[in-house]
Parts: sequence; structure tokens; C-alpha cells
Amino acid sequence: MSVNVGNVKDINENIISSPPTGIQVIAREFKKDKLAMFSLIGLVTVILGIYVAAFFLDQETLMKVSLRDKFAEPGDKFFLGADQGGRSILAQLILGARNSITIALSVTIITGIFGIAVGLITGYFGGLIDNIFMRIIDFFITIPVLMIIIVFVVIIPKYNVVTFIFIMSAFLWVSTARLVRSKSLTESRRDYVNASKTMGTGDAKIIFTEIMPNISSILIVDMTLSFAGNVGLETGLSYLGFGLPQSVPSLGTLVSYANNPLILQEKWWVWLPASLLILLLMLAINYVGQAIRRSADARQRLG
Amino acid sequence: MWKTILRRVLVMIPQLFVLSLLIFILASFMPGDPFTGLITPESDPNRLEELREAAGFYDPWYVQYYNWIVNAAQGDFGKSYTYKIAVADLIGDRALNTFWLSLLSVVLLYLIAIPLGVLAGRYQDTFLDKTIVLYSFISYAIPTFVLSLIFLFLFGYQFHWFPTTGTVDIKYDQGSWGYIWSKIYHMLLPAITYAILGTTGVIQYLRSEIIDSKSMDYVRTARSKGIPIRKVYSKHIFRNSLLPIAAFLGFTITGLLGGSIFIETIFGYPGMGQLFVQSITSRDYSVITALVLLLGFLTLLGSLLSDIIMSIVDPRIRID
Repeated sequence: MSVNVGNVKDINENIISSPPTGIQVIAREFKKDKLAMFSLIGLVTVILGIYVAAFFLDQETLMKVSLRDKFAEPGDKFFLGADQGGRSILAQLILGARNSITIALSVTIITGIFGIAVGLITGYFGGLIDNIFMRIIDFFITIPVLMIIIVFVVIIPKYNVVTFIFIMSAFLWVSTARLVRSKSLTESRRDYVNASKTMGTGDAKIIFTEIMPNISSILIVDMTLSFAGNVGLETGLSYLGFGLPQSVPSLGTLVSYANNPLILQEKWWVWLPASLLILLLMLAINYVGQAIRRSADARQRLG
Repeated sequence: MWKTILRRVLVMIPQLFVLSLLIFILASFMPGDPFTGLITPESDPNRLEELREAAGFYDPWYVQYYNWIVNAAQGDFGKSYTYKIAVADLIGDRALNTFWLSLLSVVLLYLIAIPLGVLAGRYQDTFLDKTIVLYSFISYAIPTFVLSLIFLFLFGYQFHWFPTTGTVDIKYDQGSWGYIWSKIYHMLLPAITYAILGTTGVIQYLRSEIIDSKSMDYVRTARSKGIPIRKVYSKHIFRNSLLPIAAFLGFTITGLLGGSIFIETIFGYPGMGQLFVQSITSRDYSVITALVLLLGFLTLLGSLLSDIIMSIVDPRIRID
């Protein structure tokens, strides 16, 4: 390994100043890993672009059927062609991506808050609460979650986007809680926590202002990766027809047109763009997540 | 050792109980009842009531649950209302198909993952290693249904390398070599898709295990005794790194069962996953409950298997 002058300067500065904190470490990792930087910028641009473009599109007029444009090929009138009902694929792609991302984000936030809270509290207090929650978590881990979500989707009477988000969240907080618990457990036995307890700091304050910042990088990694997972799961469920209601455009619904072998073979413009968009989103989010994970682990850092 | 296994099995029982209770509650919330599909303009409402009565619809829930679970334990899950045959028979055929597909997938998975993992670990930080790590990253990130569709589109429809649906060509007699080959040939594309999606875990684990072993004392000893480096890898490091991989088997099976919903639906393979989607669509709820219970049981069994293999392989786990 070669050490150039710049690095030596970096190291010297670090010795004098305080060690780099969470965000700085992550920023350095991204500077070192060009592909991660590219993924992050691309991801932010695409997501912002989708939201801005979706703002100017009207879902009602777009989902109107016009049979004259049935399976119009990509060209002047429709940039990416049209589907069975003559609806523009590009517009559906934008709206679908917006819906998918919004849902995945909501699920990530709900499961994140619940999972982190449960994990921190059970890890910190241990004892009976911990035991009870661990049994619940063990149970959730062993059930076929995908199937049970599908069954729930089918039997809920007033099924809409909000209930869909809650059904998904109800089963997906578990892995976050388990991870956070194990980290919080080791962190709670550290000297600084004991010192703080001796000084009479309240439990809530220790948990949320002392332990949580110390495991923040792991939380960010977990949130990023579960965001990717949620995009995959939502599009997958919508693909099978158990996700968003049919009237709401989703990337998964667009892909599901490929279930018809004729469309799969000859009308590639209907399903391929959505598949590729899902693929690229998943790759980019996961890549960003991995870069953050590396920066959270001192042994794996590039920068 | 036996104590660990016994304790593990005992933990499984309450889990199975809660799972069955959850499924039973879900089933009772399912809209309509199995007779809804039989209602025609000519059907007599009184006759329907009699049928419901006979099927135990008006018993208290715990009686229904008890009857259901006792029958289920004996392999009697009632009758499928779309196929008009016993659920156990229906699932039996499909389960066998899923079993063969899973078996082939697991074999392919290890055939792909083990060489890649070993190479990546051995030539750490070279171009080869980086390519393999990139491959395992992509196979981790890509959703099952997207990869399956793209494979089906490319290798099934564009290049015509593989059949796109079904399990076997009808032109062969059952039991002949042609029949068996045709069966494997039909499973190959879904199995490859499965295998590729599942390789990440094994590759990453094997790679880091080998990188860790490289600096171990036993490797240095072997090298200083003059054992050629190739032999150190194949005899010493590989064997030590492979044992934990065996423990992955249970989790791999669990993952396969989850993925079967997508893969079997897309490749038109008549297994349990496809049956599940079909039954959900046709509201065939005796089949649904049986499938969820069965897959839940298999998932539990998979994690039990992993724990047992792990405790055989790694004695440290047994201490507690």
C-alpha cells in the first residue's frame, strides 16, 4: 500500500482534530468510491425527477383508455409506446415509480421508527421485556412472511394504499428490531453508559441521546437496505396482483403485463422499461447502502 | 449435543402452535365461504344451510380449530373447492414438483457458488475477485421476478434454449430416460434462476472465511512444512471453510420456498408456489391454509436443520 503526501497530511490533521464523525466518514467513503458517488447522485436525480415530473401529470386523464392507441409502438406520439388500453407507458412509468418509491419510503420510515425503538429499548433494559419481544421476533422470523402478507391483502375488506403500507410494515419491522437490539445490547454495557447512569441521567435520555447516536451509522445502513428491500417487495407484490389496487399505476403492475406471453415476446416496450427501472433502482440503492455499510465498519473502509 | 437439539425442537412446538392459530384466524376472516362458489340461481338456500351445518360452520371457533388441527395432523386438510379433490392429494403432486425443483436449484447453487467463493477468497483484491464480488452484489440486489422475466424473455422466447412452461413433454413414456431428461430440461431455467439469486450468501461467506483462514496458524504451519499452496487451499483451507457452508443449507431451503411463489408463477411450473397464487385468486381457502401451514412448518424445519448442523459443525454453539 502506498502512502502519498496527501494521505499523510490527512492523517496528521486527524490526529490534531477530533476523530471523524458519522457523516464525515460516510462522505469520505463516497469520495473514494466513484461508483457509489455516481449511484447516489443518479438516484437522487432520478427520484427528484420522477417526483417533479409526476407533479405535472394527471393520473385521471392518463389512466383513461383509448383503444385507437392500443399497443402503439414507441415513437412520436408516445415516447415509450402505449399499453393495451392505449395509455402512455412513459407516464405510467413515472407515476408508478413515484408510487412505488413513496410506498417503500413510508414502509421504511414506519418500520424504522418502530424497529429502532423496540430494538433500543429491549437491548437497553434486557430482562422480561427483552425476553417477550425476542419470542415475538423469533416467531416472525420463522413464518412465511410473503405468503401471510398476500393472505392479509386478500382478506382486508377496505383495502387501499394506506392499509397496504400498514400490512407490509406489520411484518417488516422485525429484522430492524433484531439488529438494533443486538447493537444496543453491547452498547448498553459500555463504560460511558454506566458512567452516565451513575451520574443519574434518565434512561430515555441515555437511550436516545447517547446510545442512538453511537449506533447511527448502523441504523442508516439498515434503513437504506430495507428501503431497497421494500421497493423490491412492493413491486413484487404488485406484480403478482396483490399490491397496489389495479387503478393505481405501479412499476410492478407494468411488469405484470409480461405475464401474457404475447406481450412478453413482442411488446417489449410495455414491460421492459419498468423492469429495467426497478433493476437500476435496486442496484443503486443497494450500492449506496453497501458504501455506507463499509464506512460504518472501520476495517472495511476505503477512505 | 442431544440436549441442544431437544431444546430446539421443544421451542419449535409453541411456534408451530401460534402459527397454526394465526392461520386459522386468517382463514376465518376470508371473505365468503367455500360454498359461495357453488351458488347458482337454481341452488336451494336451505340445502346450502345444511351443507354449512354439516361442515361445522356454526360450531364455536375452538371446536373448529380443534377439528381442523387434528385433521391436519393426520394429513387431512379438507377438500379443494376448485379442483374437487382432497387438498392433501392436490398438494402432494405439487410438493413433489417443488421438491425436485428445489433439489436441482440447491445443487446448481453450490456448483456455482463454491468455486466462485473459493476463487474470490484465494485471489483476494485481484480483478477476478472484484468481478465475483460485483456479480454477487448484482445477484443480491436484483428482485426475483425481474430476473426471472428477463431470463424467460431471453433464453425462453428469444433464443429458444429452454421450454417456457410445464414440467415434461407428453411424447415420452413415464419412467424412460427421455422422460427424466425432459423433466430436468423443463426445470433447468427456473433452477438456474433460483441458483443465481441464492449464490450471494454462500459466496460472501466462503470468501471471507477463506480470507480469514489465510492468516491462521495452521495454514502457516502447513506452508512451512513445504505443502504446495494448491494443496493447502484444497485440503486445509477449503475443508475448514466448507463446514459452515453446510449449515447454510437450512436457510437456503427456507429462501427457496419463499422465492417459489414468483419463480413458479413466472415459469409456469406447477409447484406449491404457483398453486398458492392460483388458490388465492380462486379463493380456495382450504388449499391456502394448508399451504401456509405446510410452508411455515417447512420453514421452521429448515431453521431447525441449520441449527442442528451448526451445532454439529461448531461445538462452540452447544455451550449454553
